[in-house]
Amino acid sequence: MPGSIRDRVAIAGMGCTKFGERWDASMSDLIVEAVYEAYADAGIGPEEIQAAWVGTSTGSTGMTISEPLRLQYIPVTRVENACATASDAFRNACYAVAAGIYDIVLAVGVDKFKDSGISGLGDGGIPGPGHGMMAGASGPPPASFAMLATTYFARYGLSFEEGKHMIGRVSYKSHVNGARNRKAHFQKEVSMDTILNAPIIAWPLGLFDCCGVSDGSAAAIITTPEIAKNLRKGKEPPVFVKALQIAMAPRDGDFNTKFDYTHVEATVRAAAAAYKEAGITNPREQISMAEVHDCFSITEAVTMEDLGFSPRGKVRDDIENGFFDLDGKLPVQPDGGLKCFGHPIGASGIRMLYEMYKQLQGKADELLVPGQPSRQIKNPKLGLTHNLGGAPAGCAIFVGIVGLEGA
Amino acid sequence: MAGITSYGAYIPYSRLPRSVINAAWGRGGGGRGEKAVAGIDEDSISMAVAAAIDCLKGTDPKTVDALYMATTTAPYTERLNATIAATALDLPRAARNADFANCLRAGTSALLSALDAVKAGSMKRVLVTASDMRLGGASGEDEQLFGDGAAALLIGNDNVAVEVEGSYTLSDDIVDFWRSHEDRFVRAWEDRFGLDEGYKKIPAEAAAGALMRLELKPKDISKVCFYGPNTRRHQELAKIMGFAPQQVQDPLLDAVGNTGTAHPLMTLVSALEEAKPGDRILLVSWGNGSDAIVLRATDQIEKIKDRRGMKGHLQVKRVLDNYGKYLRWRDMVSLAPLSRPAGAPVSMAAEWRERRSALPLYGVKCNKCGTVQLYMTGSAMRAHICLECQAKDDFTPYRFADKRGKVVSFSHDYLGGGIDPPATRTVVDFEGGGRGLFDMSDRDPDEVKVGLEVEMTFRKLRSLAGVHSYFWKCKPVRD
Repeated sequence: MPGSIRDRVAIAGMGCTKFGERWDASMSDLIVEAVYEAYADAGIGPEEIQAAWVGTSTGSTGMTISEPLRLQYIPVTRVENACATASDAFRNACYAVAAGIYDIVLAVGVDKFKDSGISGLGDGGIPGPGHGMMAGASGPPPASFAMLATTYFARYGLSFEEGKHMIGRVSYKSHVNGARNRKAHFQKEVSMDTILNAPIIAWPLGLFDCCGVSDGSAAAIITTPEIAKNLRKGKEPPVFVKALQIAMAPRDGDFNTKFDYTHVEATVRAAAAAYKEAGITNPREQISMAEVHDCFSITEAVTMEDLGFSPRGKVRDDIENGFFDLDGKLPVQPDGGLKCFGHPIGASGIRMLYEMYKQLQGKADELLVPGQPSRQIKNPKLGLTHNLGGAPAGCAIFVGIVGLEGA
Repeated sequence: MAGITSYGAYIPYSRLPRSVINAAWGRGGGGRGEKAVAGIDEDSISMAVAAAIDCLKGTDPKTVDALYMATTTAPYTERLNATIAATALDLPRAARNADFANCLRAGTSALLSALDAVKAGSMKRVLVTASDMRLGGASGEDEQLFGDGAAALLIGNDNVAVEVEGSYTLSDDIVDFWRSHEDRFVRAWEDRFGLDEGYKKIPAEAAAGALMRLELKPKDISKVCFYGPNTRRHQELAKIMGFAPQQVQDPLLDAVGNTGTAHPLMTLVSALEEAKPGDRILLVSWGNGSDAIVLRATDQIEKIKDRRGMKGHLQVKRVLDNYGKYLRWRDMVSLAPLSRPAGAPVSMAAEWRERRSALPLYGVKCNKCGTVQLYMTGSAMRAHICLECQAKDDFTPYRFADKRGKVVSFSHDYLGGGIDPPATRTVVDFEGGGRGLFDMSDRDPDEVKVGLEVEMTFRKLRSLAGVHSYFWKCKPVRD
C-alpha cells in the first residue's frame, strides 16, 4: 500500500528569478539569483543545506548547481523529465525529507535557452534512422498540441470561430494576469482581436496560443513541518505539501487507437492519484487556485477537463464565463502561466509552486507591477500545479497540491 | 512465352502549365499544355515505388525475384537505388535487384533484360520500373519540355497479358545530348545534327529491323509507342516510320511532358489500357541507339484493367500556378536561410538496423491478444512489448504500407514545416487496426478534416549531407 506525502514536509523558503529573454544572465547567474532569494526567505545559509536536487534540460549533472553555488561536497541529483523536470526534482527532494534521511534540502529548476540563437526549441541529440524524422511527425510542439484543438473542435462540434475564440480567451486571461506580475516574461494585456488575428504557427494555433521560450530559475527549501514552522516564526506560515503525483504515458497517442486526442489520459490518472493523496473529493469546489501547463492555449482548456475542474466537453462555458479568471471562482495561471510568466522548461514546475506559495502566504502583491490592481487571491487554502512534459500523445504528467497547515 | 503480366504508372499530382513558366520569364501568357512535376518530397525512387505499387496490385511482393530500376536521375550514383525501392516494396532479400542507368533507353534495356532472365528460367517474376525527373535549366527549352513520371511492368511466364514477339536493338554512340557527372542540366550538340543523324534515322531503322524479323508491316501494328522529345518531332518520326496518325499512341507530351527514360514505357502503359486481345503494339525507345520491341496482347489483358495507370493518374491533379514554388522545389533559387537548424543527419547504422520495418512500413500483430500496432520512435521501429496486453516479443509482422486509414487528428505546421510550409501532420488510424503519425502529402490544407480517408505513399523526407531519407507519408484517397 503506497504511503502519502500529505503534510509530511513543508516549504520553508522559495525564490524565483524574473523570467524572460535574459540576455543579461547566464545559467549560473539565474541559479544564484533564485537560490539566494530562497535562502533569505527561509532565513538560512548554504551551510544548512544537506542535499540538493536540480532539474534542468540544458544543464548537465549535479554540478549545474554545485559549481555556481559552491556547495561543499553534499549530494546533488540532476533530474530531467521534460516540462515536468522541476516538479520532479521537487518531488524527489520532498521524499528524501519524508524518509527522514535529511532535514533541510534544496530543489532548484533552471534552464537557459536564449543563447541558442533560434526562436522556439531546436532539434538535437544523437542522429537516428531516416524514419526518425517522421517518428516525431506530430512535429515541433505547436503542431503536436494543435492536434488537440482540431480533434476537440471536431468531436464537440465547435465551429472554427467558436473553438478559436475559446482558446483565445484562455490566453487573454493569462495576459491580464501577466501584466500585473513584475517577474513575468510578457507583462502586457492583449485584446481578443489581436489574439484572434495573429499569424498561424500551427493551424489552428496562432501566435498568442503559444507560450514563449524563456530563461529562468526557481528554488525551494524543503524541510520537516517542525523545522519549517521554527524557521518561519514571526513570518508568513510555511506551505505544506499535500500531494505529489507523476503519471508517465506509454506514448499511446501515437499508436493506440483508444487515445482520442481530446484529452490527456495521463493527466486524468495523475490527478486522481493526487486528489486521493490530498483527500480531495470535489476539485472544482475544493481547489482554490491552480497553475497548469499552458504551453498552448488548447492544452490549458483540455487540462481543465482532465483535472475535473470542468465537465467533459463543457470547458468552453467556464472559459468564456471567466470561471478561471483572477477574480473568478477558480483562478488559473494567476501569475500569467507559461504563456506570460514564461517557460524555461526545467524551472517551470518550481515557478508554479512559487506562485502558489506566495498566494497562500498572502504575499502575491510583492510581485505587483506598480499601478496595477492587486493580484492577491482571497484566502486561498489549496493550490494545484500541473506539468505536461512531452506531447499530448506521450508525456510525463505531474500533479501536485500544496496548502496551508490543516487544509 | 515470357511477357508482361501486369503494368502500372505514376504521374505526380502537380502540373505546371507552360503558360505559367512563360509568364514568369516575361514571354507572355501563352504555351502549349502543361507538364507533370514531382513534389518536393518525390524523386526517381519514390516515383518508381508508386508505379510499382500500382503494377503489383494483387501480387504478393515476396514472389518477385528482382527489381530492375531504370532512370537517368538516380538519387545515388553509388548505392543501389533499386534496392531502396525494392525494400520499400517489400521484395524478398534474395531479389536480384539492379540499376539500369545513364541512358534514356535504360527502360527498354531493363525490360529486354528482364524478358531474357524469365525466358532463361533463372527468374520467374521480374519487376521493371522506369522513372525520371530530368531538370531543365531555368528559362530554357528543356524546362518547358521535361516532365516527371514513372511506369512499371511485371515480367513473367504465368498469365501473360502481353506477349513479346521479338525485338531489334541498335547501339550507336551518337552524342546528340549528354550529361556528365558534373552537369546538373542536359547538354546538347547542334540540334539539327542530333535530329538528322540520330532521332529521325536510328529509331526508324530499329523499328524496321524488328518488323522485318517478324515479317510484319507497319499496317499490322495497332499502336506504336515511342519516345518523343516534343510533339512536332514525335509526329515527324511517326511519318518516317510509316505509321498513320491513328496508329500512334498519344505520347501525352502536352499533359505530362517528356519523361525521359520513363516516356516510352508510360506511353506503352497508355496503349495497354486501351488494348484488346490480339492487338500488336510496337514499342520504340531512343538514347544512344534504339530498342524496338513487338508486343501482342492476349486475353489476359482484360483482367488487368483496374490499375490506376496513366488514365487514373492523369485525372488526379492540381495545377501549380506558382513558378516560384517550382523553383523552390527544384532548389533552383537561393532561398533566405532557415531560421531554425535543418536537424541532425541520418545515422546509417540506425537506418540499416530498421531496414525490415521502416522502409516497408511493418508493424506487428500481437499473437496473444491480436492487437495490430505500429511502433515508431526516433530510433526504432521494432516493438517488443504489446501496447494492449504487455506480452513480450510475441508478434507476427504486419504491413501497414498497403492499408488505407482515416485521419484522427491533424495540424498544419508553419513553424517546423521545412522549406515548403505548412507541413500537414496527421494521426492516422488504419482500417484493420493500428495507428501512426505521418506527414500528409499532395493535399490542399483546406480539404484536411478529421475523418478524411487516406492511403500511404512512399516519399523522400529530406536530403542532407548527401543522404536521401525515405519514409511513408499519407495522402488523400482520390479514386
